[in-house]
Amino acid sequence: MIDILLSLLILTGAIFTFIGSLGLARLRDFYTRLHGPTKATTLGVGCLLIASAVFFSVREEGVSLHEVLVTLFLFITAPVSAHLLAKAALHLKVKSLVPTPAPDTDPPADRPN
Amino acid sequence: MLTIVIPIAFALVSLAFLLSFWRLLRGPDAPDRILALDTLYVNTIALLVLLGIHLGSAIYFEAALLIAMMGFVGTVALCKYLLRGDIIE
Amino acid sequence: MKRLLPHPLLTITLAILWLLLVNQLTAGHVVLGALLGWLIPFATSSFWPERIRIRHPLTLLRFLGVFIIDIVRGSFLVAWLILRGPRHLRPVFVEVPLVLETDLAISLLANTISLTPGTVSAKLSADKRTLIVHTIDTGDAAALVAEIKQRYEAPLKKIFEQEE
Repeated sequence: MIDILLSLLILTGAIFTFIGSLGLARLRDFYTRLHGPTKATTLGVGCLLIASAVFFSVREEGVSLHEVLVTLFLFITAPVSAHLLAKAALHLKVKSLVPTPAPDTDPPADRPN
Repeated sequence: MLTIVIPIAFALVSLAFLLSFWRLLRGPDAPDRILALDTLYVNTIALLVLLGIHLGSAIYFEAALLIAMMGFVGTVALCKYLLRGDIIE
Repeated sequence: MKRLLPHPLLTITLAILWLLLVNQLTAGHVVLGALLGWLIPFATSSFWPERIRIRHPLTLLRFLGVFIIDIVRGSFLVAWLILRGPRHLRPVFVEVPLVLETDLAISLLANTISLTPGTVSAKLSADKRTLIVHTIDTGDAAALVAEIKQRYEAPLKKIFEQEE
């Protein structure tokens, strides 16, 4: 029973990881490419990490939950990286399929932090 | 059942790794390459986790955690560089 | 009380994180985790200018539920769109006018948008009044903005900013 659950989690995780990278390679402009790794890959690796937590909890005595730490970390950092990358791309005026919003009157490059 | 599933998962994640690497080489812009690098970090975590399950050893967890942290810091630093032309202000 | 324990939520979070990191639940580690959770907020107090208060815990729980469901939904949607091919995509940039005011609520909204179906937050305008969002496939931009405001912004406003 646990074996089936584990296999399902591992397969789902691997497929989502693959689709995320497929999107990265296949889509046509930077802003659409950003979506694959941010969502699909993050959920895929999350599934793999949960599979690992279940695997080690069942195999050894005592629960093993430290994989949850990496999962949480990935789910918190993925949107931050995506936001920064999109901001950098808008700043550099990377080519887009659709019209990009007008740049701010106060560009972040000039603002000391 | 796990003995069948794990090699399939290894193959899929390795393919994902190659696709990200292709995007890293091809570009065309700097943000594309940084995104590809970020995806490579996450794919590496996936590979390490799979290896940990395959070998039944929990010691790869620390490596995965470190790669996750360094990957995030690296991505943020590179984005900052693109945005401001400078990392440390 | 307030000077002795400036950020109770942070203290609890840090203690739990420590227990997860060492991956064992022994009395010694509980004490060490609590000690770290108590001391670290003092060392990093300049990063926490205001005390975080949660007004409606039930709304927060419901928001978390919606959030987790939408992460899964969003991943399936993006996976399907990638497999269907780039020719069918209708990407567009939309501007979401914000009613949120605090930095915490705005960053939580931006992160939520990036993880939920079809959208990535791309930029916050300099005056913090508008969030520019890139969406991978939409037929109706106005409906999308309305959905973001109603589904994510309203609960966040209620949790972090509403007065009693």
